[in-house]
Amino acid sequence: MADHAAHTDGHAEHKLAIFRGLLKFKSNTQKIWGVLIFLSLITIVEVALGYIKPDVLNVSVLGLKLLNWIFIILTLVKAYYITWDFMHMRDEVSGLRRAVVWTGVFLVIYLIAILLVEGEYIYQVYKNAAVSFDF
Amino acid sequence: MDNTVAPTGTEGQTWGGGSRPLNASYGKLMMWFFILSDALTFTGFLAAYGFSRFKFIEEWPLADEVFNHFPFLHGTDAPMFYVALMTFILIGSSVTMVLAVDAGHHMDKKKVSFYLLLTVIGGFIFVGSQAWEWKNFIAGEYGAVKTKGGKILQFLDAESGERVALKDIAILGDRPADAMDNSEGIWYQSDDPVGGTYTIEEVRKGFAAQPNLLIRTQQIIVNAETGASEKLILSREESLFKINNQAVGVVEGANLSENEYGAPLFADFFFFITGFHGFHVFSGVMFNLIIFFNVLLGTYERRGSYEMVEKVGLYWHFVDLVWVFVFTFFYLV
Repeated sequence: MADHAAHTDGHAEHKLAIFRGLLKFKSNTQKIWGVLIFLSLITIVEVALGYIKPDVLNVSVLGLKLLNWIFIILTLVKAYYITWDFMHMRDEVSGLRRAVVWTGVFLVIYLIAILLVEGEYIYQVYKNAAVSFDF
Repeated sequence: MDNTVAPTGTEGQTWGGGSRPLNASYGKLMMWFFILSDALTFTGFLAAYGFSRFKFIEEWPLADEVFNHFPFLHGTDAPMFYVALMTFILIGSSVTMVLAVDAGHHMDKKKVSFYLLLTVIGGFIFVGSQAWEWKNFIAGEYGAVKTKGGKILQFLDAESGERVALKDIAILGDRPADAMDNSEGIWYQSDDPVGGTYTIEEVRKGFAAQPNLLIRTQQIIVNAETGASEKLILSREESLFKINNQAVGVVEGANLSENEYGAPLFADFFFFITGFHGFHVFSGVMFNLIIFFNVLLGTYERRGSYEMVEKVGLYWHFVDLVWVFVFTFFYLV
């Protein structure tokens, strides 16, 4: 049992590579600063895109503007690195990681799908139906 | 032991007990449980926001116009810079938190306390920034009038296309000198209240007097050339018709029932979700403070492990994680 106790003390080795091994840091502290720089870059890109709002990105893709998809994807990327490196999910065993992440992902998609589809439906009723209050 | 527990023959095997498949302490696992459930709470809120937005997809306020203030830059249109700054503050305090956790792994009491203190300060700055954001939103900027159906009508100059504030429109008329109101303690009987700074008649009169004024509705139209979302601007005749026949009241700023920027639902969700998040930040700051004092007292030094810092750290990062989504869905998308 002794080795288990040592692991849970948090002295377990940190995984120091991000971007699937493309970028390897020398120490955990260095990785933290590296991730901060990466997260800041993404935020700067988001703000710049939101400020400029390039016309090219106004095309509609799957019911949303391309720009909005870019924002959502960048947000998910940020969420990944916050969870994986700041919350040390990268260092946890896969069982814990999957129990938390997949449960969340499944329920979140479920909630969003139901509510957004319903919202769109009510919008259509307000807009097109002969009797707008009856739905 | 041999007398009370019968040997099962599974000692040392998976079912023999003592196995730790998740290799995490009880406290950390429970923190993950909490985070997962709290994440679903926030998902529920944000999805409800999305629901209402899809429901009123053609009249939702444009965030750039709502949140365009920056400290010490009065009157400058600076959309999103302030909230980007808030994001950096929160990510920064997340970083100091990981650094504290890392220092805890090395049992470095001095560094842990230093980084925790920085985290607490970052958290306070963030909550303060949010209060300032609320203040601006509640105070409003230009003011608007609302129709009987609850839609918002805003004013702009036909030539410059710039928004025009109510104070530059309204021509002040006679006011009932001693209007009775709730503030006089006469809650059961009140005169026609002035309500805001101006009455709808005063705005009407001023609007008719300035031929360069137009009305902008909350209807979103798509610009055929650029594909950008814009608010529908009425012609002068339509504007006059709207304000003379449909406008019923003046709206200044935003609260839970009115919102000069558009749908009141937007304000409701903004107050509720950023408020709930701000409450989380505040709680997080309190947790961090408690842990900070424990570190100073040497509690974890004696315990031989700084895992408690790691646990509150998980919560603190979660707060940052939620903000990333709030930022996207309230300010960017």
